[in-house]
Amino acid sequence: MTSLANAARLAVDIGGTFTDIALEDANRRLTRKVLTTVAAPEEGVLAGIRQTLEDAQVRPGDVALIIHGTTLATNAVIERKGAKTALITTDGFRDSVEMAYENRFEQYDINVDRPAPLVPRALRWPVRERIGAGGDVLVPLDEDTVAALLPRIAQDGVESLAIGLLHAYANPEHEHRAAGILKAAVPGLPITLSSEVCPEIREYERLSTTCANAYVQPLMARYLTRLEASLREMGFRCPFYLITSGGGLTTFELAVRFPIRLVESGPAGGAILAARIATEAELARVLSFDMGGTTAKICLIDGAEPQTTRTFEVARVYRFLKGSGLPVRIPAIEMVEIGAGGGSIARVDSMQRVTVGPESAGAEPGPACYGRGGADPTVTDADVTLGRISREGFAGGAVALQPEAAADAIEAAICAPLDLERDLAAFAVGEMVDENMANAARVHAIEWGKTLSDRTLIAFGGAAPLHATRLAEKLGIDRVIVPTGAGVGSAIGFLRAPIAYEVVRSRYLRLSAYDADVVNGVFAEMQAEAEAVVTAAVPAGKLTEKRVAYMRYLGQGHEIPVPMPDQPLAETDGERLSRAFADAYTRLYGRTIPDLDIEVLSWTLELSAPAAAAPAMAPVSESAQAAQPIGRRAVFDASLASRVEAIVYRRGDLAPGASLAGPALIVEPQTTTVVSAAFDAVVDDLGYIRLTRRAAGKE
Amino acid sequence: MNTPSALDQIQTQIMWNRLISVVEEQAQTLMRTAFSTSVREAGDLSAGVFDLAGRMLAQAVTGTPGHVNAMAASVKFFLDACPPTEMAEGDVYVTNDPWQGTGHLHDFTVLTPVFRAGRLVAFFAATSHVVDIGGIGFGPDARQVYEEGLRVPIMPLARRGEMNQALLQIVRANVREPVQVEGDLYSLAACNDAGIRRLGAMMDEFALDDIQALADHVIGQSKEAMLAEIAKLPAGTYQNAMRIDGYDRDIDLVARLTVGADGIDVDFTGTSPVSSHGINVPLTYTQAYASFGVRCVVGSTVPNNAGSLAPVRVTAPEGCILNAPPPCAVAARHAIGQMLPDVVLGCLEQALGGGVPAEGASTLWNPMLLGGHGVAGDGDHGDAPSFAMNLFHTGGTGARPAKDGLSATAFPSGVRSTPVEINETIAPIVVRRKEYVTDSGGPGRFRGGAGQVMEITHADGASFAISSMFDRIKHPARGRAGGGPGRRGRIHLASGAEMRAKGRQPIPAGDAVVMEMPGGGGVGDPRTREPARVAEDVRNGLVSRQAARRDYGVVLAEDGSVDEAATQKARGATGSDKRSS
Repeated sequence: MTSLANAARLAVDIGGTFTDIALEDANRRLTRKVLTTVAAPEEGVLAGIRQTLEDAQVRPGDVALIIHGTTLATNAVIERKGAKTALITTDGFRDSVEMAYENRFEQYDINVDRPAPLVPRALRWPVRERIGAGGDVLVPLDEDTVAALLPRIAQDGVESLAIGLLHAYANPEHEHRAAGILKAAVPGLPITLSSEVCPEIREYERLSTTCANAYVQPLMARYLTRLEASLREMGFRCPFYLITSGGGLTTFELAVRFPIRLVESGPAGGAILAARIATEAELARVLSFDMGGTTAKICLIDGAEPQTTRTFEVARVYRFLKGSGLPVRIPAIEMVEIGAGGGSIARVDSMQRVTVGPESAGAEPGPACYGRGGADPTVTDADVTLGRISREGFAGGAVALQPEAAADAIEAAICAPLDLERDLAAFAVGEMVDENMANAARVHAIEWGKTLSDRTLIAFGGAAPLHATRLAEKLGIDRVIVPTGAGVGSAIGFLRAPIAYEVVRSRYLRLSAYDADVVNGVFAEMQAEAEAVVTAAVPAGKLTEKRVAYMRYLGQGHEIPVPMPDQPLAETDGERLSRAFADAYTRLYGRTIPDLDIEVLSWTLELSAPAAAAPAMAPVSESAQAAQPIGRRAVFDASLASRVEAIVYRRGDLAPGASLAGPALIVEPQTTTVVSAAFDAVVDDLGYIRLTRRAAGKE
Repeated sequence: MNTPSALDQIQTQIMWNRLISVVEEQAQTLMRTAFSTSVREAGDLSAGVFDLAGRMLAQAVTGTPGHVNAMAASVKFFLDACPPTEMAEGDVYVTNDPWQGTGHLHDFTVLTPVFRAGRLVAFFAATSHVVDIGGIGFGPDARQVYEEGLRVPIMPLARRGEMNQALLQIVRANVREPVQVEGDLYSLAACNDAGIRRLGAMMDEFALDDIQALADHVIGQSKEAMLAEIAKLPAGTYQNAMRIDGYDRDIDLVARLTVGADGIDVDFTGTSPVSSHGINVPLTYTQAYASFGVRCVVGSTVPNNAGSLAPVRVTAPEGCILNAPPPCAVAARHAIGQMLPDVVLGCLEQALGGGVPAEGASTLWNPMLLGGHGVAGDGDHGDAPSFAMNLFHTGGTGARPAKDGLSATAFPSGVRSTPVEINETIAPIVVRRKEYVTDSGGPGRFRGGAGQVMEITHADGASFAISSMFDRIKHPARGRAGGGPGRRGRIHLASGAEMRAKGRQPIPAGDAVVMEMPGGGGVGDPRTREPARVAEDVRNGLVSRQAARRDYGVVLAEDGSVDEAATQKARGATGSDKRSS
């Protein structure tokens, strides 16, 4: 095999269990899964890279780009394994980061607790100062109160500092001066400023973000530095980028400064992949559906752009409920995540209802059918019982399935209390998990003022292809795509990500007092900051700029993103801004409110360079012959609510153009695609399975 | 084999799940489009679907238990006033009558009938709190309901798709924020429409002509599950009383809770009579908060519907403050209503032999702040701008059976506060401090949640006014099982003068108002609290060294660590038990 020369690009995605590696050049792709080495994750990364390069016969010096995504920052927050962090904040407000919104996120559970802040009260240190809402200084910074903290840094063994002062987004002067004093006195101590990591109004979220960045910064800096050095040692000479939660690429230097922006970047990779497929297949509206072992994630993608957000929670520990995690305000891809995966446990509740999740059997003991001691029936056990998963093709053969154990678990937990026969009990479990996902998708769509039935579902992750056609039936969706390499979708998605950077500023403006200079000034500032970051990574070229204003009617509680023209505004453009707001508001809520003033709270600007092109790949196919079934199996079809005979195909046998009709199963090492009785399937030029619901089959 | 009944059983479950999702979508639509701060930020709304008999089948889980069965009861009033036989497609009905809705004029309830192929099949209802309803403004100062604003009896908001313009004109002419209030009425109608569309899609998917069989199933299963939970409690009658501050005289809330074979009865005979100010509670609101008190510890996982609500019956004699008849003033009925779970939990503590939280701050500290012409009397307010802002804050919750209470967290209300940075941006106020109060959580093996202090002044040094609706300033939240009371609340001027817990009061130019919100009660003997946890509380400034010694019998060394020997001695000396946790 010839070398890939300079075209090879490498992506590495560290997940909780597996580290995925994808290598691509102009005409091929190689992927590999290795176990994550939790104690020193770079070891797994380096081993995986070494093996992949060997497989591909590529030398490190020939790799043109490395892209890395990692859950390390997320895990440090979830497992509370970050640095000992202190927060310096405005006198009188040291509890803001703990009081949050003074509410309980679950009304009917008296034992519910809000997530504890990453910095305990004893390490939240007040300094005397106060900035007003307009950025004016109400109380000058008392530098003695800053200096008085110096002995406590050593005394309390503080490893990282967060500085978050009230209204610092409007005037960062006090934060800068406090940081100056501390830096001079304790050189080398990492310091995170709220006005840098999150210059945005709302003290709880801003301070929570600042603390989270400070908390993971030392650990991430150490890890990234070690990894970077090892890669150089191996002979890599190419740029090394990190993927962010917003789905863009960022430089090593910036990742070390703002590691919080790397949180949850794995799922972002999946959404980018789905967005790229949307572009390739010219799909205006897509619903990406990623279902793994413990959760399902659903993302709306319009015009090949995933829905984005600036409000995001890490570590939703209570049934994935909103409010049970720590908020971070960073640019992120908006997804709804629910406790619905292959390992989700099914039970019967006090009202004789079958419930599924969010408790998961995890990897250990795993579903009952793994035969590792798991006794609770899971979604995977239901799928096995219904005939959807064969003994052979599951998790690449890593697990020897025991269908009898799955059936026993369902008998005991579901059949017995409900007096249901086994098939129907397993069907109830599958229906309930599909219904939960459908409901989550519907509420999510309402929240964003979107529709679902006109979308194409793109399914990836180990469990998604098993459930995709049924989910589509429930949502009234007619088209489903199962891409190749679905098992390492995130890593492949990384290879499609653009170099991008988003900057935010909060500057309050009422449109009745519209001032073009204010708006132009804010955008010019942000433009310069973003450009410095992006052009450090790519030679100045054609950059795409996206400007957004976060606006609402005067006094409302919730801002909506409104696209702004990417050019300076004129004094006469006030009317244009209110029209843009009215359009966006109408899209979301179907109406406007006449005669009410409009206010802008924050502004964002994103600069991105064009993403790398996907390889012009030959389909991943072992043989180009006509599709030959490898067998037939009685499979339970959900919409017919009965067993039907399904024809079984091996995915590797299906050449482009191969078509087949449901009911069928298409098996591959990592997953199985269920083609329900209502769907037809065809394999396209890229090897993707395209499923189409037969006409008039609409429910 | 696939017997139809087994399949039906599964499909019925799926439809039930779907109904719950439908009302969540309905509520989501309302929350995203509403104007009133308390709806958008605090979740002060409710949304639900009802069968033809007016029985509630599902209700969205939102921020306020105050609507739990108040809205359900309201639908029955609608059906009495507007016979379904006279309803037509495109009709929408509305009321804000406190006795036929959810307890005060600020809450509008809107009911929309659902037709399918020309036949009535269901109703959607939604309630939200509007920003203003005219009259004296949101606060407890009115003497009769007439002073509290515009009262709209049950009537059409739309007939056959045509909005009732006469009503909308009257509403616009009577409220301070006509655009927003009218907008909220449209929001309510729109969210019901969203529910109707989703219900229609479900009925298409499952080929249903009506939902009566589904309704019977949902209500039957829920009632059975609720009764099974109640059957776990020992039968008997349990009594409890709690004294609170009231407007100008103390109020006793007295409850008798009877656990029987067919449910739980709560009766408030013995409770103080109505007040001559706007803190009176219409019965439906009493029923909402009293039953929430039961539901948060008994059958808490059973969803709210006519079946699960039916086994908990709440009564109060007319004329007591918990069953105030018209024309009593009721605007700040939440100030009393939010105390009811504590009273009910005190009864259940006896039934359960513990296992309930201690009393907490309970009533929100949610003042209206007012600025501009005339609001602070004849004082000098210069050219200060007009503003009116409703803040939502709170003290600490009672300690839980095996956990500390939550500091500065609302219970039983589920509201959310608004950020200081936002409040200071949209109104001319400056919050000088907002932090926990040391030693405010009641001592106990499990400590009560800490209260907080907030100090607020006018940004331009002008005078302004506060409309207070606070409690637990005279009578603190009590502990349970040997736990101590939480710290009392207090409201005063920064310059020193005490202020009243309830009613509108001026804050002179240049001065500030200080609200010290109460702490929650503790659970269990504080001298059995793990000394290391007391030391941690001291390190975090939630408990003082003095209180550690006095209340907990924990002596700390210079460096803040527990002085084991001295602690043992201090705890031994009091003769209390020495169990360690």
